[in-house]
Amino acid sequence: MVHVSATPVLALRGVSKRFGAVQALTDVELEVHAGEVVALVGDNGAGKSTLVKTIAGVHPIDEGAIEWGGKPVSISRPHDAQALGIATVYQDLALCDNIDVVGNLFLGRELKRFGVLDEVEMERRARELLTTLSIRIPSVRIPIASLSGGQRQTVAIARSMLGDPKLVILDEPTAALGVEQTAQVLDLVERLRERGHAVILISHNMADVKAVADKVAVLRLGRNNGVFEVKTTSQEDIISAITGATDNAVTRRAARTNGEVSK
Amino acid sequence: MSVDKTSANLDKSAPHGGGAAENPEAAVPSAAAVDPRLLVRQEGIFGYWDEFKRKMKAGELGSLPVVVGLAAICVIFQMLNSNFLSAQNISDITVTMVGTGMISVGIVFVLLLGEIDLSVGSVSGAASALAAVLAVNQGWPEWAAVLVAVAAGLAIGAAHGFFFAVLGAPAFAVTLAGLLFWLGFMLKVLGANGTINLDSDGLIGQLTTYFFADVAAAYGLAVVVVALFFVSSFLGNRRREAAGVPSRPLSDTVLRTALLAVVSFAAAYMYNQYKGLPLATVIFLAFLVGTDFLLRRTSYGRKIFALGGSVEASRRAGINVTAVRISVFGIAGGFAAIGGLFLASKIASANQSAGTGDLLMNAIAAAVIGGTSLFGGRGRTWNALLGVLVIVSIQYGLQLESIAEPVKYMITAAVLLTTVVIDSVTRKTQKTAGRA
Repeated sequence: MVHVSATPVLALRGVSKRFGAVQALTDVELEVHAGEVVALVGDNGAGKSTLVKTIAGVHPIDEGAIEWGGKPVSISRPHDAQALGIATVYQDLALCDNIDVVGNLFLGRELKRFGVLDEVEMERRARELLTTLSIRIPSVRIPIASLSGGQRQTVAIARSMLGDPKLVILDEPTAALGVEQTAQVLDLVERLRERGHAVILISHNMADVKAVADKVAVLRLGRNNGVFEVKTTSQEDIISAITGATDNAVTRRAARTNGEVSK
Repeated sequence: MSVDKTSANLDKSAPHGGGAAENPEAAVPSAAAVDPRLLVRQEGIFGYWDEFKRKMKAGELGSLPVVVGLAAICVIFQMLNSNFLSAQNISDITVTMVGTGMISVGIVFVLLLGEIDLSVGSVSGAASALAAVLAVNQGWPEWAAVLVAVAAGLAIGAAHGFFFAVLGAPAFAVTLAGLLFWLGFMLKVLGANGTINLDSDGLIGQLTTYFFADVAAAYGLAVVVVALFFVSSFLGNRRREAAGVPSRPLSDTVLRTALLAVVSFAAAYMYNQYKGLPLATVIFLAFLVGTDFLLRRTSYGRKIFALGGSVEASRRAGINVTAVRISVFGIAGGFAAIGGLFLASKIASANQSAGTGDLLMNAIAAAVIGGTSLFGGRGRTWNALLGVLVIVSIQYGLQLESIAEPVKYMITAAVLLTTVVIDSVTRKTQKTAGRA
């Protein structure tokens, strides 16, 4: 159902990142193809956010290589990532409370007409975008401060779609949302995949991962701890990879039997 | 989502946007596709009234307190002394306010970042001293002296911005150091004499003494302003209609134009009763229009607001935070220098007391009284005009009553405190109404 091209849109090869004495990432490998949702999971402090920030150019990598469409690239600033076509939606959303929805959607890439902000065109495109993504908010001309948490999340995701990126990174998009809004965001993720975007989805919620992801990449203590096909892998396997039970037949069996016993 | 006019006339000019939450009449059945929670306003005058009531309830006062305050000041002082609203007094007020007002415009820029600049008083004094020394002692042409003084103000402000934005020192401390340093610089430049008299017929002298005596000047300006306003709103609305986004109905534009026309022509009539249209006021208005355009219609202005809202969000949006910060402090320094020249022009000299005393506090108070938030991200340069009008009107009113200086300070302080209290209380109301 999902066409996956041979060359990954983004590939990380042996990426490492240090913060002073802390080795945040060690030799991390990751591949994302167009039209594919890769869930990035791991415990708190596993390095998910750091990995995302290296891809987004917030923290340049120390060692290793980043390949974009098969060619090595260097991403040292957020601008580099944006120029490549990487859009990131952070957990803390990074919206300006005092600016209205249109202003936030176009922040940093305002449309201009004769050197002046083209508010009309921005508003028209904002409405169009929100409509195609089936996002409902009270008005595109109210400040973000007046929106609910879920509405802010959808605005943040919509914002990432404006530059028509090849890769969208979503950092815990459903963490603060209710049932209805979570479903809306997951729908949105599927819509992104249908439109041929590559998606990296960070989530703690296994139900969400199972629902939308094609592959699950597990990080543990800053290292790869397995990449799984979602369809053929059980939730327990993923969880044991996250929590650190080493991935072999014995531990898998132990986990399974324990699970059965406790039931 | 197709939105028809009756259900979505969003007030574009209001910084808080339009916004009636529960307004059953407005959510007409014809707009079934529209979310019922859509912020809506009825068409016409009733729509304004409804929206006004709702905004009052939600605590979105905007400039209302300061406008009401200004009206109260006029009524009270007029009752105490019938000369208060005379053409001469109003003309004097609007010329005197320009010096402090210019400085306050710069303060608005800095406050939009959520920062403060304490050096603007000293910088204004230093710039006027520099201009006077160059023009009088060194014999430079006055226009060159003015240019150098303003450029020096920009550079001084940018230097403060450098220490703040690049080296990460708190703006409060950096500009406090600036306050002392540039005060010392001014005293040193002025030398032993301490006072340099300016040629009152020169360029600087004329800044506050020149009046367009021709009756046609004031009326002509009023006509041009009103016409420009109407044409630009009309064309803007046409474009919005063509693009299919909510626009104002024509009646709305006409009403706004009419209001502006009443104010403009009243002001023009009043000026023509005395010496005519003051050059200082025209320059001030031009700067206000220019800076308002810069802040609300250009991407540079959008960056300033973004920084005032969230520095992190701005950085991630690819905004060069350091450059914007440095430039904003540069703008504050530049406006301080311009203000200093107007203040020097008013007394036709540069002296040791320039830029000291209550000037700094008045400039900051004017921005805040006018409605600029101290916490960044909210405000307009027009706030500086309203605020400085309040402060200077009080000064003149008390002067007419021959009330001594100490009382003036105390009353200005009371006004400032009242404004800040109103601001805090309304902010609380806004929070409970879900639109802080």
